[in-house]
Amino acid sequence: MAIWIVAEQWRGKISPITYELLVLGRELADALGVPLEAVLAGSGVEDPGATLGKADSVLYFDHPLLAEPVPELQAKAIAMLAKIRHPQVIAVPLSNVSLGLGSLLGAELGSPVVNFCKDVRVREGRLEACCVLYGGKIEATVAPQGEPVVLGICPNARGADESHVRPTRRVERFSFPLEPSPVRFQRYVEPEAGDVDLTQQDVLVAVGRGIQQKENLKLAEGLAEVLGGAVCGSRPVVDQGWLPLSRQIGKSGVTVKPKLYIAAGISGAPEHTEGMRNAELIVAINTDSRAPIFDIAHYGIVGDVLDVLPALADEIRARRE
Amino acid sequence: MNITVLLRMVPDVVEELEIAPDGRRLDDEMLRMILSESDDHALEQALLLKECLGGSVTAIAPEASEVNDALYTAVAKGADRAMKLTGLAAGGSTTVLARAFARVLSGGAGVVPADLILTGVQAHDDLDGLLAPLVAHHLGLPHVSIVTRVQVAADRKTAIVAREYPGGVHGEFEVPLPAVLGIQAAEKPPRYVPVAKVRAAMKSARIEELDQAAWEVPPAQIEVLRMDKPEVSSHAEMIEGTPDAMALRVCEILDARGLL
Repeated sequence: MAIWIVAEQWRGKISPITYELLVLGRELADALGVPLEAVLAGSGVEDPGATLGKADSVLYFDHPLLAEPVPELQAKAIAMLAKIRHPQVIAVPLSNVSLGLGSLLGAELGSPVVNFCKDVRVREGRLEACCVLYGGKIEATVAPQGEPVVLGICPNARGADESHVRPTRRVERFSFPLEPSPVRFQRYVEPEAGDVDLTQQDVLVAVGRGIQQKENLKLAEGLAEVLGGAVCGSRPVVDQGWLPLSRQIGKSGVTVKPKLYIAAGISGAPEHTEGMRNAELIVAINTDSRAPIFDIAHYGIVGDVLDVLPALADEIRARRE
Repeated sequence: MNITVLLRMVPDVVEELEIAPDGRRLDDEMLRMILSESDDHALEQALLLKECLGGSVTAIAPEASEVNDALYTAVAKGADRAMKLTGLAAGGSTTVLARAFARVLSGGAGVVPADLILTGVQAHDDLDGLLAPLVAHHLGLPHVSIVTRVQVAADRKTAIVAREYPGGVHGEFEVPLPAVLGIQAAEKPPRYVPVAKVRAAMKSARIEELDQAAWEVPPAQIEVLRMDKPEVSSHAEMIEGTPDAMALRVCEILDARGLL
């Protein structure tokens, strides 16, 4: 019996979310009195335990096919180990790299899957997961039935910093035959450089669905101009083609930490807040007083961005005159 | 090129969501259901591929409130067939739905054989799994998720698809067809269709029903103990008043921090 966390590796590096999972996994393992094991499926990793020492041991599945980022192969490898070792829990990062892995693991093992976990605790000896549903508008408390339980863990479920990065020598190595996947990785395509580097901006005016139409972007541009910042946006605005992908903040886009982040008409879905929650000052404007963005903003305005953005730009201009 | 698109209705989160008296699910009397956003993109991607390669698009959705409107809209946009899975419990799990879709796609019930099966990468109520990888698993087909571009080879036997990674990076994968793709965003924004065209589709098209009532639904593996609305505004200090008054207050805050 053990708690497993899946160590995510991408382009030769352990992803930061792995350390968040280690913190959460440590809590669960200690509460249940079982060891915490980090599972790494990869190819030719020299020192698999180099940074995963918060776990009691590392289970490393080494196979040349695991060099390719194909979730089906990862799922097959981890399921093979799970069938031998019978963990109670397999915690999987809900990231763009690992998306789909939890579902496939659940299917391979016939196990329950609990997605979108922002917290997991042990209550009276049983696991309870708190899951973020409906774009952050509802939290469901969920009890899985059966083992192993596959938990899809949202980014920022726990904080993790360098203090959680330490080595371990306790590494068990495995290598079982794997069939190649029909899905073949070809290459990575780097993002086209945008006209501005969002990560270097002190002030960002971010727009979401609340901007309603492309023509209204000029209100955000006007405010960004008087503040000496740049305009960026959430996924829906980019999917509509109103802003280029290089201006997208969040899971698939850029992660920023400006001095000021004005979230205009952005509801605050977890995929977006992942990329901006550490901004020094967040001012959110939204018509919905229950929008999740107000949970991470420092200041909130319940109102229409189409009224508030120009009023704010005018006020700043008036002060400067 | 025969493309099947799996669609799902989800609660519109722009509306206020109410929890049912039992505390374990949403109050469906209060819900406004809309097509899941990434499913809309999957439909658009299917229509773009059809325009480019010819063939047909079949849209399939489980029974849900407003689903007929969504299916007729799909036809008005260019889908050739619209089908509905009936007899499944409403609000069912994604894991169960994946099995139901796999069941009808694996040859039964008169479904057109598909060269490509597209669906949205994720719905905001996918509590117990994601549809695309699960359908692929049950059908024994290859799968790629978070897809933003699909390029079918001239021999129609493979496709090159782009998958999103963090930081704006894309990965290109070659996948043999038939395959299941979880679409994040279509290559163009989902098209607009006038209401008159949807009304015309309601008159001319027929939604085929695939009754699943006789199917023994697998038991749920997770139990929702309760639902809560998260405590919001616990953090933000709310600024109130007219737009001008609020702007003034924000300016004071920015000024105090040396941001003006």
